[in-house]
Amino acid sequence: MINSTQYAHIAAQNAMTSADLKEIAQAKKKDMAVRFGSVQDHAVHILVCGGTGCTSSHSEQIIEKMETIIAREKLHNVSIIRTGCFGLCAKGPIVIVHPEETFYVQVKPEDVEEIICGHIQNGKKVERLLSKDEQGELVDKLQELGFYEKQSRVALSNCGLIDPENIEEYIAMDGYTALDLVLKEKKPEEVVQMILDSGLRGRGGAGFPTGRKWLFAHQASGDKKYVACNADEGDPGAFMDRSILEGDPHAVIEAMAIAAYAIGADEGYVYIRAEYPIAVHRLQIAIDQARAQGLLGRNILGSDFNFDLFIRLGAGAFVCGEETALLNSVEGKRGTPRLRPPFPAVKGLFGKPTVLNNVETYANIPVIIRKGVDWFNAMGTETSKGTKVFALGGNINNVGLVEVPMGITLREIVYDIGGGIPEGRSFKAAQTGGPSGGCIPASHLDTPVDYETLMQIGSMMGSGGLIVMDDSKCMVGIAKFFMEFMVEESCGKCTPCRLGTKKILELLEKIVSGNGELEDIDKMEKLASTMKTTSLCALGQTAANPVLSTLRYFKDEYIAHVEEKCCPAGECKALIRYRITDACIGCTRCSKVCPVGAITGQVKEMHSIDPAICIKCGACIQACKFNAIVRR
Amino acid sequence: MEKGCQVQIKNQVLPIIEKNGYDRAMLIQILHDTQEKIGYLPQDVQQIIADELHMPLAEVYSVVSFYARFTTVPRGKHCISLCMGTACYVKGAEQLLERLERLLGISSGQTTNDGQFTLESCRCVGACGLAPVMSVDEHVFGNLKPDMVDGIIAQFSTEEQTL
Repeated sequence: MINSTQYAHIAAQNAMTSADLKEIAQAKKKDMAVRFGSVQDHAVHILVCGGTGCTSSHSEQIIEKMETIIAREKLHNVSIIRTGCFGLCAKGPIVIVHPEETFYVQVKPEDVEEIICGHIQNGKKVERLLSKDEQGELVDKLQELGFYEKQSRVALSNCGLIDPENIEEYIAMDGYTALDLVLKEKKPEEVVQMILDSGLRGRGGAGFPTGRKWLFAHQASGDKKYVACNADEGDPGAFMDRSILEGDPHAVIEAMAIAAYAIGADEGYVYIRAEYPIAVHRLQIAIDQARAQGLLGRNILGSDFNFDLFIRLGAGAFVCGEETALLNSVEGKRGTPRLRPPFPAVKGLFGKPTVLNNVETYANIPVIIRKGVDWFNAMGTETSKGTKVFALGGNINNVGLVEVPMGITLREIVYDIGGGIPEGRSFKAAQTGGPSGGCIPASHLDTPVDYETLMQIGSMMGSGGLIVMDDSKCMVGIAKFFMEFMVEESCGKCTPCRLGTKKILELLEKIVSGNGELEDIDKMEKLASTMKTTSLCALGQTAANPVLSTLRYFKDEYIAHVEEKCCPAGECKALIRYRITDACIGCTRCSKVCPVGAITGQVKEMHSIDPAICIKCGACIQACKFNAIVRR
Repeated sequence: MEKGCQVQIKNQVLPIIEKNGYDRAMLIQILHDTQEKIGYLPQDVQQIIADELHMPLAEVYSVVSFYARFTTVPRGKHCISLCMGTACYVKGAEQLLERLERLLGISSGQTTNDGQFTLESCRCVGACGLAPVMSVDEHVFGNLKPDMVDGIIAQFSTEEQTL
């Protein structure tokens, strides 16, 4: 907890004023003009994606190599900027060269020489690194890609545009002016009213109106209050919050300061997964910079408002995404949920009133204040305002991060932005809401994506993971996958969740192993409804959703497993057999890769698989060049 | 644990607790820092932390055992972490896991007898664009197919032999 001695070192000697903010913004905007199409001063800015996806495919080596070559060639007009995620992770690492805005994809360290010496020095674009549109035409600008056309970037507006480790670049994008504005011109209750009027709802899953949370915490009495940020993005397959923290950490800091001012808090915590080292690193840099500039600490921007912010690391527990479990974890305890009420807005962190919002929710706040409630209200649907960031993944061409206006249809996301399903396969289902959500079948592809509609069709908005599955995926298997996750992640505090998840998993295992009975399906439904009504927290209440939604739309698959003892998608091992057809020419490749020696046959003669030995690993299918092995 | 060894460990843990202000609310951070320093969190280490924070050992253990990242047994020289997030699962992570288990002769969560490799599955490293993904120590490998796994593991085993 903070006391005045701790604050003393924070109170920066040259704390920033509103005038400084304007001055820095003006100067820095000039530096960055080339990124907005200006061709003055022959400046060239090379933007390299430094998100986790691109870093994993060696974007750091690309940057190193660029720096070496630029020094060697003495190119003083060229700057390299390591940005956050551009979104099109499937084509990473991504490099953008300004002023032309040339968009290079799948760049390797060995391509750097050609980009610098060919393109930058001699004006010859490296065509083989440009992406192609559906007609096979080269696309050399980011905006011309179909992937970006239907997106509108609000929470991600700075991601992939600025250097997240440089506070001045954030300030140049009007950063911290929203904080300045509320401190100068708005009373705390006016800020709360603005957020209420904006219609902003929580982006972490449940969609609770953010302004109401702030109002409750504002009204709660107490001399000490807290703000907290949920960056414990546990939904497997979701990386929206991580990308925001990696690409634009100052937006979250500014928003938390605004929230603190609105409710009367002076201390904040960001609870973030330890699995996100880059995000943690950049957020810490951003906090240190903000402190050094007096944007965190005492008398911020010359006002009498004090606020400081600290990071707390998670340690690998999905349940800590639940708000009361998260608060326990911030306090250093086991992350088990608390009984509600009292809600955190009344009695939260260390027993004090606390506002807890998710990263993406916070990222919307500064821009709402800057551009106004009406601007924000104009986007989205009647009940779901603004935009939503989704992490597109699974069997889809353009895997990546997208931000779309609420109310867009799933079909637009999957086909227009996502580029459809690879390998000529067809769409089977989209899973939203992670382990608490559900699978949406093809018949609902034209459903608008908003909080209410997704609930009605048995899924939920969730935090924004959107996993697309093609027709080779078994829906009973998917339900089992999520239930295994839930069994592992149930904290064990309440019985319905601890035992219910285990019992449902046992029934699913029985079904996929070919021993299921029809009454098992009824049993699962009954267990699910008990868990929904009696579990302590949202994790248990929603844990059975993947089972319920697959039962709702794919019941025939369950019945096929139970009655016909077959897996229509050909995925469940106990129910499939591998067989070699007469397309086999006896090349012996399959028998060489078989790890258990189940395949026999003479050279140039048809081979056969002994089902008693076969472990169904699928190595033979991968090895066969003649499509002579089938799985049924 | 031998007495000399215990003193040595204490000398490593005490500065961590001091840095975190002997604050019980910092317990998770203290455990993170300690595990990074020592590699794992055996009972002796937990006892030191419990004593210094004036709390029961049971309470420290309850936190250690609750969170997946903390381990009370030492890990192998190389840690293989296979992503089992939804995106990786949909793209065939299960086949990779089977292949790794067969190759190393251990199941997920175990360490090979020679102490070289620990195999574990993790929940989403967030590199879904590269699914399926696994990491060996800090090296990330993406877009994997089961037959690519052997070569990657061999790379780390031979590295051992040449050293």
